[in-house]
Amino acid sequence: MDPLEIARWQFGITTVYHFMMVPLTLGLGLLVAILHTMWVRTGDEKWLRMTKFWGKLYLVNFIMGVATGIVQEFQFGMAWSEYSRFVGDVFGAPLAMEGLLAFFVESTFLGLWIFGWNRLPKKVHLATLWLAVIGSWISAYFILAANSWMQHPVGVEFVDGKPVLVDIWAVLTNNTLLAAFPHTMAGAVAVAGGFLLGISWYHLWRRRRDGIDTVDAKGRVIVGEAPEIPGRDRADHRVWITSLRIGAVVAIVGFGAVAITGDIQGKLMYEQQPLKMAAAEAACHTGTSFSVLSIGELGAQDCDKVTPVIEIPGLLSFLAKGDFTTDVPGINELIPEYEQQYGTTLPDDPMYGERAGQEIQYLPIMEVTYWGFRIMIGFGALAAFAAAVALWITRKGTVPNSKPLMQLAIFGILAPFGANAAGWIFTEMGRQPFVVAPNPNPSGVDGVFMFTAAAVSPGVDGFEIVFSLVTLGLVYLILMVVEVILLARYTRAGIAGVMPERFAPHDDDGDDDAEKRDDVLAFAY
Amino acid sequence: MDALPIVWFVAIAVLWTGYILLEGFDLGVGMHMLFSARDDKDRRVMLNTIGPVWDGNEVWLLTAGAGTFAAFPLWYASLFSTLYIPLVLVLLGLILRAVAIEYRGKLVSRSWTRFWDWSIGLGSAVVAFGLGAGLALTTTGLPINENGDRVGGPFVWLTPVAILGGLALVGFCLVHGATFLALKTDGPVRERMGRLVPRLAPIALLPIAGWAILVELQGGGNPLSWTLLGLAVVAGVLGWFFARSRREGRAFTGFAAFGALGAGSIFAAVFPVVLPSTIDTAYDLTIWNAASGTYTLTVMTVVTAVALPIVLAYQAWSYWVFRKRIAPHHLPEAHDPVPAVRTTAA
Ligand code: HDD
Ligand code: HEM
Ligand code: HEM
Repeated sequence: MDPLEIARWQFGITTVYHFMMVPLTLGLGLLVAILHTMWVRTGDEKWLRMTKFWGKLYLVNFIMGVATGIVQEFQFGMAWSEYSRFVGDVFGAPLAMEGLLAFFVESTFLGLWIFGWNRLPKKVHLATLWLAVIGSWISAYFILAANSWMQHPVGVEFVDGKPVLVDIWAVLTNNTLLAAFPHTMAGAVAVAGGFLLGISWYHLWRRRRDGIDTVDAKGRVIVGEAPEIPGRDRADHRVWITSLRIGAVVAIVGFGAVAITGDIQGKLMYEQQPLKMAAAEAACHTGTSFSVLSIGELGAQDCDKVTPVIEIPGLLSFLAKGDFTTDVPGINELIPEYEQQYGTTLPDDPMYGERAGQEIQYLPIMEVTYWGFRIMIGFGALAAFAAAVALWITRKGTVPNSKPLMQLAIFGILAPFGANAAGWIFTEMGRQPFVVAPNPNPSGVDGVFMFTAAAVSPGVDGFEIVFSLVTLGLVYLILMVVEVILLARYTRAGIAGVMPERFAPHDDDGDDDAEKRDDVLAFAY
Repeated sequence: MDALPIVWFVAIAVLWTGYILLEGFDLGVGMHMLFSARDDKDRRVMLNTIGPVWDGNEVWLLTAGAGTFAAFPLWYASLFSTLYIPLVLVLLGLILRAVAIEYRGKLVSRSWTRFWDWSIGLGSAVVAFGLGAGLALTTTGLPINENGDRVGGPFVWLTPVAILGGLALVGFCLVHGATFLALKTDGPVRERMGRLVPRLAPIALLPIAGWAILVELQGGGNPLSWTLLGLAVVAGVLGWFFARSRREGRAFTGFAAFGALGAGSIFAAVFPVVLPSTIDTAYDLTIWNAASGTYTLTVMTVVTAVALPIVLAYQAWSYWVFRKRIAPHHLPEAHDPVPAVRTTAA
């Protein structure tokens, strides 16, 4: 049991899991804040219902982000102590700032929002939600600052074998960060868009299936109501059709933003981590063509076994440089450069323990980088296309009474999640074998890089990491099921599930005075 | 000699103390939900006293951890990797507890609520015990070598000191939580907690006093730490006295002061060693050899000096917003989300 391998699996699994919750929190938070603002400004009950419904799902998800984030914070010291020692001077600062400047704001004001209904003045209450959402966006900024530094170390000097921070501003305005932040946030917004779209589709479909809404000869919706089902009044239809349209538009806009920022990232990656770029393309030979499909044994780590099948000439150059002719260096050209600069075997340094002297595999696992890159773009594009189709289908005010289509819409919620996970896995695994990537030029600091093999805690043994991986994994698995069950229950209940008092049947036997007292809290656990 | 590591030692001490004082009662409330509640209504009353604030309190832990990483990376790396197993348990406790608080009331079913009640109660106990053990060990020492890595296997931390520290924090949280409940509720919970505190405090606060004295004796003690310890005892006795006469606000202040002064005394006694090595004192981590560079510490000092007062201000505001006592009749009826579907075939 090599602690390194297990620790890597653990970090990968826990972060990808954390990042299932994170984009929904970031994206949905923004949307709920906008919905709440609409309600405060217009007083239209539609917006209130939407705020309450999406807000509830937001909270169910939010807490899982909090719970899994704590693991991330501790994990660096627990499993990656050598890493923490090496980068501590630079890396701890953004993490601490995240706590001081973001997490406090986020959690305190979210508590105020959850419990503040009817207790705070309307506008103050609205402000608490905005502050919580802004807090979570700031938190994303700082953590991405930390991560971007690992991709592109800046703002440091190399002293006594360690990076020493000399310019915090450079770390906080790292060009890698300035591209990664909007890209990640736009990806998060796309997730929220798909979420609104899929769930609203379900409700519109449910209303049709239950015979509440029908369509006329021209396919235009005839809105009905079902007084015996709590929540299914006429206004209910407006809630869902508006949510659906907002979701679809947001998903499309999110994808557009992701494409633009992703393009910027690609150009930076070409400068900063050329081998990642080559591995993303399975580009063995230097050239200009973007591979649409390559076959062969990508995992063989051997270029002779990869055969490009469909290529678009010039596109790769466009991704990397913005023209159609620049040669983008291929793997065969880059590996010798890396070997020359960073050696062919891990140095004989005690920090590598038993791994000293091992051969260094500079090529990241190509199956992962190649497909990770394509899944990210593909799933994102698919979701955006589906959103456009959904807008067209629902232009007459409702969805078709088709169960498979509804299931597809629900299932489609997953696509942007998949794109996000794939993007991260690509970014992180494409950086291997380095945990802090060396940046050859033009702005990297000489000597500041770290092999992942050196980063793991020397004092911790395999058994311990297996223990944490298994226990955390099991708990995560169970909680995922619980979260999905809860989301599904609240989704199916619709508006009445989140505003029970609004639709409660009035029993007149008079023993509900507890409910009538005006000091009953609007919300309590 | 540079003042910044000292500043940061104090800052870290403040963050940990803030955490113990604030989340201390959250954890205590969590445990009391298991042991001191008669029925579901009691448990809901208890839970809702911390409902709006517990997450903000927990961030003190995250910030203490991340602050340690930023200011004393070597301390963070050695302590967290050495205490691997206990911290995994703490993490599991934190995860379950956080999710439980939020999910408990989201469905109405007996097994659902019971499951989350146990998660909150046991989770809180494990977190308090594990963090107490870890803090005690960082003041008394762990077997670390010259690189700061643990020697001797995954369970070397399991010592009497660890157990003492664990009990110390659990005991403090129980008292602090009970006092908080007496202060923040009305009705049967207030009554019961009011009676419990004076009986509980003399026993439950013993381990923390034992830990403080142990640290004094081991480090030779210094006048500041002895003074703080003396003041802590006075505060604790006053707290007990007020608890007996049911002056809830003063009792709460007394015990909180006890916690703050006690933690202060311990930190003052170990200064400047942040993690002693039980193998060789030459391997001790101190604020001098574990700290980040001057530039990093300066940046962090500026950020903290600006941010922390603001944090304190808005957290105080949120306590003020939710200042009202919670009584059973304040709680709205719990509702199960019922699917909005037509059940009879149309
Ligand atoms: C792009 C965004 C992003 C990324 C890459 C990460 N996180 Fe995260 N994290 C968030 C965005 C976020 C968030 C949206 O702000 C969360 C999700 C739910 C929440 O409460 O805040 C959060 C929660 C969260 C919490 C709990 C905060 C609380 O109690 O309120 C911690 C401690 C961390 N994260 C730490 C990390 C670490 C150490 C990461 C790196 C490995 C990490 N996160 C990756
Ligand atoms: C939430 C977004 C993130 C995701 C989904 C993610 C994903 C991953 C994955 C899949 C790995 C495993 C790579 C491998 O083993 O080959 C990994 C490793 C790692 N990542 Fe990230 N990462 C994220 C953010 C971060 C951030 C923000 C940091 C730092 C602040 C970070 C630091 C690391 C470290 C230290 C490792 C371990 C070394 C390694 O195996 O590469 N990651 N991450
Ligand atoms: C045209 C579409 C896209 C392009 C050109 C693109 C490009 C990129 C590139 C080049 C990276 C790697 C950055 C690096 O490692 O240095 C990246 C990372 C990432 N992508 Fe995309 N992407 C696209 C679409 C998407 C979509 C649709 C999503 C999610 C909905 C997404 C989510 C992510 C995430 C989460 C990361 C990792 C974090 C980061 O480095 O920002 N991307 N993308």
